[in-house]
Amino acid sequence: MSGTGQGRPEPVQVVKQRRDAALAGLVARVPYIRFLGVSFERRGDELTAVMPFEDKLIGNPMLPALHGGATAGFLEVTAIIGLGWALLWDEIEGVERGGAQAPVRLPKTIDFTVDYLRSGLPRDAYARAHVTRAGRRYSSVRVAAWQDNRDRPFAEATGHFLMPARAAGKDG
Amino acid sequence: MSDTSEFQPSGADGSPAGEDMARVARDFMESLPHAKALNLSLLALGPGTAQFSLPYDAALVGDPDTGVLHGGAVSALLDTACGAAVIMHPEGTEGTATLDLRIDYMRAATPGQRLIARAECYHVTRNVAFARAVALDDDSDRPVASATGAFSFTARQRDGV
Repeated sequence: MSGTGQGRPEPVQVVKQRRDAALAGLVARVPYIRFLGVSFERRGDELTAVMPFEDKLIGNPMLPALHGGATAGFLEVTAIIGLGWALLWDEIEGVERGGAQAPVRLPKTIDFTVDYLRSGLPRDAYARAHVTRAGRRYSSVRVAAWQDNRDRPFAEATGHFLMPARAAGKDG
Repeated sequence: MSDTSEFQPSGADGSPAGEDMARVARDFMESLPHAKALNLSLLALGPGTAQFSLPYDAALVGDPDTGVLHGGAVSALLDTACGAAVIMHPEGTEGTATLDLRIDYMRAATPGQRLIARAECYHVTRNVAFARAVALDDDSDRPVASATGAFSFTARQRDGV
């Protein structure tokens, strides 16, 4: 229970290491994230997904533009890891810390709707997810992806997810 | 704004070019770098319809506990098939871009099996095409996922000017 006043605060390196290891463990489990080349940058509990440009993400070689499927995949990965991370954060930083590092099962996508706002350019893309509802069974997530300018997203998405069953005895 | 713009399905005179068109379309669709990276292959094209397949690949798994493909790979398959169906619509004159696409995941794709997407462009206006698709594995009675989307479209001018 970091920062609750009992005992000394943990050394910053210990905290960082725990969080980075938890995030890396979550991301490394999903082969498709590697296929897209996506990585996650963390500040506190805030994640930014990064998809460095690669030729294999191109849909239209003439423009060229990112493939709609690559964009959709990037947004969906960002949403799922965002949700999984929120669950994991509660376990490693929350009141019940101690049962930490139990493998977190990932949420399952029920539906996912992508809005293609402008052409995805042949350069790096970034995305952040916002959990608009975190339920025990269902969650809703919004994601926005941008490239040069965060105020001009090139794609947005909203999706519903079926949450993994929590460890027994946690909340009934 | 994504997919397969610039592809011209018709001859210079605006008439469909039959076999040639199908061959050109196949070469084009399979040459899209992301489609290639996923090993998508074009199975069939018709007026306003398209079928693609996505072979199972461990690199595309989303859930390591079960080996089920990630939704992103399924999205790419469905988006490609819908875009191709729009391009194949006989009233179209230009390429297309995805405006929006909704995917419903009805069940997990069976690990080890290829997926087939069947797409149709079921309605067009002067500027918009509406397309839908289903993704099937070997149990083709129970779709894995379905997609519906709106696509940019430019309808052919009717007769004369």
